[in-house]
Amino acid sequence: MTNTTAEPAPAYGDLHRLMSLMTGDEKHGPAATSTMDALWVLYSRVLRVTPATADAPDRDRFLLSKGHGPMAYYAVLTAHGFIDEELLPGFGAYDSPLGHHPDRLLVPGAEIGSGSLGHGLPLAVGSVLGLRAQGLTGPRVWVLTGDAELDEGSNHEAIAYAGPAGLDQLHTVVIDNASATYGRPGGIAERFATAGWSVDSVDGRDHEALYAAFTAPHPGRPRAVVARVAPKS
Amino acid sequence: MDTMRDRFIATTTRLLDEDPRLALVLAEISRDGFARAERDHPDRVINVGIREQLLIGAGAGMALTGMRPVVHTFASFLVERPFEQVKLDFGHQGVGGVLVSAGGSYDWPAGGFTHMAPGDVALMDTLDGWTVHVPGHPDEAETLLREAAAGEGRVYVRLSMQSNKRAATVGGAGGFTTVREGTRGAVVAVGPMLDNVLDATAGLDVSVLYATTVRPFDGAGLRRAVGGRTAADVVVVEPYLAGTSTAAANDALAALPHRVLGLGVGREELRRYGQLDEHLAAHGLDAHGLRERIGQFLGG
Repeated sequence: MTNTTAEPAPAYGDLHRLMSLMTGDEKHGPAATSTMDALWVLYSRVLRVTPATADAPDRDRFLLSKGHGPMAYYAVLTAHGFIDEELLPGFGAYDSPLGHHPDRLLVPGAEIGSGSLGHGLPLAVGSVLGLRAQGLTGPRVWVLTGDAELDEGSNHEAIAYAGPAGLDQLHTVVIDNASATYGRPGGIAERFATAGWSVDSVDGRDHEALYAAFTAPHPGRPRAVVARVAPKS
Repeated sequence: MDTMRDRFIATTTRLLDEDPRLALVLAEISRDGFARAERDHPDRVINVGIREQLLIGAGAGMALTGMRPVVHTFASFLVERPFEQVKLDFGHQGVGGVLVSAGGSYDWPAGGFTHMAPGDVALMDTLDGWTVHVPGHPDEAETLLREAAAGEGRVYVRLSMQSNKRAATVGGAGGFTTVREGTRGAVVAVGPMLDNVLDATAGLDVSVLYATTVRPFDGAGLRRAVGGRTAADVVVVEPYLAGTSTAAANDALAALPHRVLGLGVGREELRRYGQLDEHLAAHGLDAHGLRERIGQFLGG
């Protein structure tokens, strides 16, 4: 293994090789690759969290709400040193910590266990409330959902609350691969904007556009970034 | 006498003043009672509006950051409506919190079945690792709430308008206490069922055990109560769905030939309004109904 001799900087080009080590969940393949670029930009340029600070109270939190197809997530966590590469080939096996949906009690660096849709955003709302109640106004909480996941009513409850409550530590990235059966009249961004969120829509494969959208100021309001990727085939 | 819900509001208001780790999450219900607490601790008294899935998720999210959330609404909306959130956001995430319900099985009979939750404890019983408290008096509710707030685990506290006349000593290890000793069997009275059970068993040669903590179930206490006999007759009287603890009693007595009668609220929807005592009588949980069924069971 070449990466045991030193600590090379995480490289985007390495993600496909890391993902190819995980087999057995091909039905979630499109879900896995749709999130890859957003995850990469978040972990390499935005989130203030490392394996050394994974338990620090003032770390940024990333909550993968869309727990389906977590290969890109595991690959990014591996590239950034949270997960040992040796664990990847065991993906989905009985004695592996890496399931087809992630479990926070098994996966180093995972903030929540997910798979059932519609839990991440309410948990993220609570995380922001908990941090704020402890005077921790610096850490930012990010949650990643899919566009179809927004069908879940629990997300509507969270979106409708977080805007008027002014939870500006809260950030949502919606991976939009047009997989929702009925879509959203007026669009996803409009749904968040109506609830008082700061919103932007970008090409979900464009790292600079993602970075700019992720880091734009949004005082007093939560932030939603809709990352459009190719429709699920 | 104040109600358990009044005492919950007064106690939690004081605890919020004393413990900066504590947070209260509401979904409009009981908000008026917490007006002072909300003013004094705006960051730790959260009202999410009429959104019960968010209520549970937000409480669990606060727990993920190290807070101790107390999450409250009527039992129907706390346990039944957002049940998967209770299961995953607390249990699967591995965090603790205190769920406090009001309304019980029929605290507001005129409100009808939409506000009744006789199945809440049975539903919670499908989950691992929850402590379930069913106080029988406002003083007991205060003791159990204080312990729950100071602890770490997952706790469900079930409050009701129904109350025994006097408070018992509760808390600590949570075992069943012996109220009366007899030789023909044991009757376990849960929470507010105690007074009716004592009236119903007056003159009967049975032991009466009092339980305010039903999960974990005090199997050892039940075995002690039936003593060294070769067979045991046990009745469990619960203020919620009949038979909720029958399996736990059976497991506790597995080594002994035994019979268990589970008394509680019937599964069939009564579809009646009226008053609490009318519902107790309809479900055979008043002293008269209990006497008849317990006597029949033991007399055979």
